[in-house]
Amino acid sequence: MMLLETKLLTKIYGGLTAVEAVDFSLRQGLVHALIGPNGAGKSTFVGMVSGRTPATSGEVWFDGQNISAWPAHKRMRLGMAYTFQITAIYARLSLFENIALAQGMRDQDAALDALGRVGLDERLDQLAGDLSYGHQRLLEFAMGVAQSPRLLILDEPTQGLSESEIAGFNTLIRSLAGETTILLIEHNMDVVMSLADEVTVLQQGRVLSSGTPETVSADPLVQDAYLGRETC
Amino acid sequence: MSPSARSFLLHLGVIAGLFVLCFTLSDYHQGNLARIMVLATYAIGYNVLFGYTGLLSLGHAMFFAAGMYGLGLAMQYGGMSPVPAFAVGILTAAVLSVVVGVLALRTIGVAFMIVTLMFAQSVFLIILYFGTWTRGDEGFVIPQAARQVLGMDLTDPLIRYLAALLLFSSALLITARMMQVRFGRVLIAVRENEERTQMLGYDVFRHKFLAVLISGSISGAAGAAYGLLFGYVGATFASVQYSIFPLLWVLLGGAGTTIGPLVGAVFMFYLIDYSSGFTNAYMLIAGLALVLLVLFARAGIMGEVRRRWAPWLP
Amino acid sequence: MEFGPHLLLATLEGAVGAAVLALTALGLSLVFGVMRVVNVAHGEFYMLGAVVAWFVASAMSAHPAFGFMAAVLIAPAMAGLVAILADRLVLKRLHYDPEATIVATIGILYIMQQTALMTFGPEARPVAPPFNTRIPLPWLEYGENGFNLFYPWGLSTTSYKLFVIAAAAVILVSFALFLSRSRFGLIMRATQLDRETALTFGIPVERVYSLVFGLGAALAAFAAVLIVPIQQAHYLMGADPLLLSFIVVIIGGLGSLRGTVVAALLIGMSDGIISVFFSPTLAKILATLLVALVLVFRPQGLYGKKRA
Ligand SMILES: Nc1ncnc2c1ncn2[C@@H]1O[C@H](COP(=O)(O)OP(=O)(O)O)[C@@H](O)[C@H]1O
Ligand SMILES: [Mg+2]
Repeated sequence: MMLLETKLLTKIYGGLTAVEAVDFSLRQGLVHALIGPNGAGKSTFVGMVSGRTPATSGEVWFDGQNISAWPAHKRMRLGMAYTFQITAIYARLSLFENIALAQGMRDQDAALDALGRVGLDERLDQLAGDLSYGHQRLLEFAMGVAQSPRLLILDEPTQGLSESEIAGFNTLIRSLAGETTILLIEHNMDVVMSLADEVTVLQQGRVLSSGTPETVSADPLVQDAYLGRETC
Repeated sequence: MSPSARSFLLHLGVIAGLFVLCFTLSDYHQGNLARIMVLATYAIGYNVLFGYTGLLSLGHAMFFAAGMYGLGLAMQYGGMSPVPAFAVGILTAAVLSVVVGVLALRTIGVAFMIVTLMFAQSVFLIILYFGTWTRGDEGFVIPQAARQVLGMDLTDPLIRYLAALLLFSSALLITARMMQVRFGRVLIAVRENEERTQMLGYDVFRHKFLAVLISGSISGAAGAAYGLLFGYVGATFASVQYSIFPLLWVLLGGAGTTIGPLVGAVFMFYLIDYSSGFTNAYMLIAGLALVLLVLFARAGIMGEVRRRWAPWLP
Repeated sequence: MEFGPHLLLATLEGAVGAAVLALTALGLSLVFGVMRVVNVAHGEFYMLGAVVAWFVASAMSAHPAFGFMAAVLIAPAMAGLVAILADRLVLKRLHYDPEATIVATIGILYIMQQTALMTFGPEARPVAPPFNTRIPLPWLEYGENGFNLFYPWGLSTTSYKLFVIAAAAVILVSFALFLSRSRFGLIMRATQLDRETALTFGIPVERVYSLVFGLGAALAAFAAVLIVPIQQAHYLMGADPLLLSFIVVIIGGLGSLRGTVVAALLIGMSDGIISVFFSPTLAKILATLLVALVLVFRPQGLYGKKRA
């Protein structure tokens, strides 16, 4: 079953078409990686999926419903979670409050479980703003998990992290695979190759190629445009 | 002791302290404190919006005045007794909050401040415009004979004090409780990071709207009580100055703390009371306090206490 | 008086108000445009101008024209200096944070107003105009012998009022030239467009801010010096020009100077005209509500361009 579908989804900023007529579908339970050079429109695309960015035209379907006109918070309640590319936690609130807000403040154990998953459950009273950058990214990830979403959208979760931290993240994401459908924006090709069931390559707002990691990386268009140059 | 038990004890202690003070204070200070408790209730209402939700209104006098005139006009021209008139006062403020909330919440930041300022200015001018009924700047007196509730004379200093205490304690306990439950914690989340809160699935507009409604209604209750307990209704209470006061009290006492509004109102009231002994330019103190607070002490008194000694402080 | 002459009179009174309002609002708009600071104390700089004008004029015993001339020079300079001081001591330390600066300027408002109360006192005091000839105005009427020119009773203005209109017009035009032609005008516009880029180009942004804040205050003070021979100085006189300037700046488009001047003429004229025929309170109610609704539904103002 398709959990998420977009039809001709388009975003125009002034004169710039950031995302152009993207048809996209994501089957329940899969990990789908969205890749492409900087400025390709990846963040804009997931922003329109989550409702954070209003679409110029096109449709978003989630779980068989047309949610194109829904505000972001209703989409989240329907079973999406979204982690920001630029860390967005409540810096002046405690870790516990951060995770409790994410969980919905109904089930404390579930909230603590999510923190435990990233190994931050020992620091409940610490202010989130006092955490190291790496730990903040982990908290942000835990907040997404705590929402127990059906679709978890991760916008470059490993950006700015060290090698070992990236490896840790991989394990975390893999531990979710199967139970949660994941839409992952990622620059790191190793991560993509090892985690993703499917890959979509965006370039200048358009889908360049889409399929399994193997087919996509074999696609000459992609090799020309992206994999050939991008090394990191 | 858990933080919520501690804060419960703190609030109970404050209320008990105010109760005991009523029997030990001189008549002069007793009268002052009754007034301060009503004004602190106004500040508590303001704090819901400014301290907890992070929305800085420059027009709360319109809610205070709506409550006051709602009650005053209902008593003066509707011949109502104090209790239903008090309800009319709160209702007037609540209706105004709904209108202002729907409109002003379309804006943020500086525009929100100016929109609330302008709405309050319109309310002030409307009161002046309908001077035939409102008596404009002069205002009108609610006669002593009308200020009786259940056989109790609200003009009696002791009864007045206890009535003010009842109002203040209700506002304190209600808001303190509110900030412990989900609704209040989401308000804080909105203050800290609005977009994040929306992306966690909370209806930000609904929370802000309810915050305006609650804040406006509590401010209106304070205005109605002020008219009832002190027997005077006048346009001054709708002026810009009365929109600035709650901001000042809350900033001084500590925005986003439960007892900050009381602390700020007590300090400012006595500072102004003291200085008006030797100058008529007492608002100079208010101006200086505002500048110094934004420059050097944004957290206010209780905010500083919380930071240094008592992180649990509600 | 009949309707026609009455309207002419109202228009003239409106033009005086509009001229002074345009200068005052220009100061507010300039500060907001360049610094993104909403200066709630703007009306107090106006008041300061009037009060200083009174002090200067009453210290001079010669012909009122000398007192007035001195006031024209001294009052705006004083207001500018006080503003620069306020900028250095307060606004700069707040890093021009929009919300904090509003709260701070409210504080500055009360500090200035109450200081005036303590030094200048609660009375309203007049300043003598430098010249004040009554000029009767003619009116055309169509009668039995065709058009006929006559001077209706009560239809007159003074040379001073005409001077106010002319002086304001001169300042507005020179200011527009100053903004578009002078080096400092260019620097100001660059800072307004993009603070960061201005910084990287080596523009001393903080000094520009101080000067702009001072200039804004000086404009308000100059407007007050012009009006004080007609209206008297009083420590509470800042409230109305503040409100009207707000209305003008918001209707004219936040930070748009041309829009501000157009709106000032519109509001000033209609305020003068409406106040003659209707209740001034009603006019103010409508104006404040209009401003609130403009901000709610068209945050960029009616005239200004939409900002990204
Ligand atoms: N708020 C915005 N206003 C105008 N242009 C924007 C905005 N957000 C993104 N863009 C532009 O849209 C394009 C896509 O950006 P983005 O989705 O962030 O790319 P990616 O996430 O793939 O790096 C870029 O050219 C970017 O400059
Ligand atoms: Mg991106």
